[in-house]
Amino acid sequence: MRSIVRLGVGGVILRALLLRSCALRRSVSKMAASSGRVLKSFVQGCCGCSSVILPSIARNVILQKPAVTVLARLVCTSSTLQRKNIAAAGPEKYTQEFIKKQIEEFNIGKRHLANMMGEDPETFTQEGIDRAIAYLFPSGLFEKRARPVMKHPDEIFPKQRAVQWGEDGRPFHFLFYTGKQSYYSLMHDTFGKFLDIQKYQDRMRAEGLFSQETKQVNLIGSRWMIKEELEEILVQPISDHDCLRFIQLLERILALPYCSMEEEYIQRFRRALEVQSKKQKIEPLQYDENEVAFSTGEGRRKTATATTIVRDNGSGNITVNGVDYLHYFPVLQDREQLMFPFQFLDRLGKHDMECKVTGGGRSAQAGAIRLATARALLSFVTENEVESMRQAGLLTPDPRVKERQKPGQEGARRKFTWNKR
Amino acid sequence: MAVGLLKKALPRLGSAVPAWPGVRCMTSRLYGTVAAQTQIHQPDDSVGSDKILTEPLKHPDFFHLSELFSLKDLFDARVHLGHKIGCRHRLMEQYLFGCRLEQDILDLDQTMEHLQQALNFTAHVAYHRGIILFVSRNRQFTHLIESMARDCGEYAHCRYWQGGLLTNANVQYGKGVRLPDLIVFLSTLNNVFQQHVAVRDAAKMNIPTVGIVDSNCNPSLLTYPVPGNDDSSPAVELYCRLFRMTINRAKDKRKQMEILYGLKSQND
Repeated sequence: MRSIVRLGVGGVILRALLLRSCALRRSVSKMAASSGRVLKSFVQGCCGCSSVILPSIARNVILQKPAVTVLARLVCTSSTLQRKNIAAAGPEKYTQEFIKKQIEEFNIGKRHLANMMGEDPETFTQEGIDRAIAYLFPSGLFEKRARPVMKHPDEIFPKQRAVQWGEDGRPFHFLFYTGKQSYYSLMHDTFGKFLDIQKYQDRMRAEGLFSQETKQVNLIGSRWMIKEELEEILVQPISDHDCLRFIQLLERILALPYCSMEEEYIQRFRRALEVQSKKQKIEPLQYDENEVAFSTGEGRRKTATATTIVRDNGSGNITVNGVDYLHYFPVLQDREQLMFPFQFLDRLGKHDMECKVTGGGRSAQAGAIRLATARALLSFVTENEVESMRQAGLLTPDPRVKERQKPGQEGARRKFTWNKR
Repeated sequence: MAVGLLKKALPRLGSAVPAWPGVRCMTSRLYGTVAAQTQIHQPDDSVGSDKILTEPLKHPDFFHLSELFSLKDLFDARVHLGHKIGCRHRLMEQYLFGCRLEQDILDLDQTMEHLQQALNFTAHVAYHRGIILFVSRNRQFTHLIESMARDCGEYAHCRYWQGGLLTNANVQYGKGVRLPDLIVFLSTLNNVFQQHVAVRDAAKMNIPTVGIVDSNCNPSLLTYPVPGNDDSSPAVELYCRLFRMTINRAKDKRKQMEILYGLKSQND
């Protein structure tokens, strides 16, 4: 409690800082100021305290007022004595008023912080708040999440579900008593669409206008939603089984001949697949003094890095670090690696290649040059060929590196010789 | 000011700290000490509201539900057809008319009486603004029953029944939830031909139940069993229609009575 005394004795600035910091206390998870820490630990220590007025504190803090001795004993209890299972209550619930109050306090604290830092309170952004907190409460903790933070209460307190029933107790949603109202209501609506299509089909059959050749829903280039995306839409956790059931129902709808009636509804649950080949950055062709087209590429493998220049109108000459490839790579396997991109594109004798390579070993350098060549050749080649190169694996950098040695073992995997005694 | 600081730091003191002279009273931050919502005070006088509540109890058929269905309707909807002899439940023998070609036939006279009582009770519950929950695990009629419940303004549960929905309601739904005042079973069996868990749970929670019992069902735990077919679609459509009309009638009657007695009390 010495820290509280320090508060009473200390200057206005310290008191002001502490007041403001107490306003920020809910938002600031750990206070560098020791008084806050003591207060927090005091609260944590006596979690079940019924009356905690210590006349000694009162006397220390209130300098002007007479010490009003309140007749109260310090009763320290703990959860075990009160037989309260705190964990069974679940995560702490916050009322709307509490959250609103927190938001007000946050805004006031933000303005105070802006004043403290000498910035304009109106245009004080979250980055400014982060900088201010890092400056005022410097923390050397390694865990970023343990450092003091001041964020909008909506980001700190978990989202609570609004109360699902009215004042008379009647729930708003007709499927409330199932427990998973949004999911089952979605299933209900989707099945309703299925029945509508069937009714339409029956009507067409009755009128004799039924035909199998109807417009089909285009499913190419898209995929079904995954469980996480569905949970986001429903704002409610669901299981894998539920998600599977829902997708099966949608597939059943798609199996009907007149499914295009509800195409819009179904497309809501499909997500576009990203076209992988579009991610390749293809440099445009460059031309040198003799108007010969050339292109550069870079590649890495293990610890080797290679840069290549591939020229057009060539005859298949390859130079590596100023040396002919036959001399640099005496092993056939490495030369095959160099040759593979050209062979794949049927351009074996048409290009000249000049490359520089450092680091790694024999195989690693060969692999690095191969990747660099493939990337250089992208500029000479059509889109379909780019896609086929990607599928062949020519454009994928090999992620394998040397695995580290672990303590207690001789190598990465090899264990020490086992001794029976 | 420092007291305010103390109160901020130790929120549990909120109620304990006495009002010292010149100290602002601060509301405690703990949600547990927020005052509970008081009941909405109905502005009508006691005589009128008594009349509204007691008037329906004086007549045996206040809502004239006997005109909604006849024996012929039940017969045409194939309500009298039961299951084969091998599936017969011992306690359903009292409701059987007989059996033909090894298929049990339910006694429609008894069905008429039971259905009348069940619909009357449902109407009274709806009149008193009770929550009615329709339960059935027959997947053929899930959509039909849910649509019917939505049209009436009541509730339905035709899906997988999670364990503690009635008995562990505070944990399942949240604190202060209101449980259904009546549960209507359009089929008392679940998908593995065992009795639906809700029958037993409703009995545990003292919730009255109305149930359509087929010849393979156990009618003992239901408050108002109605012997009838629960598998054919014309039968279930008939029941849905009857329940929907009953509930709508009861709610309309309630509105009429409120207007009637509200006007009367204004005139007095």
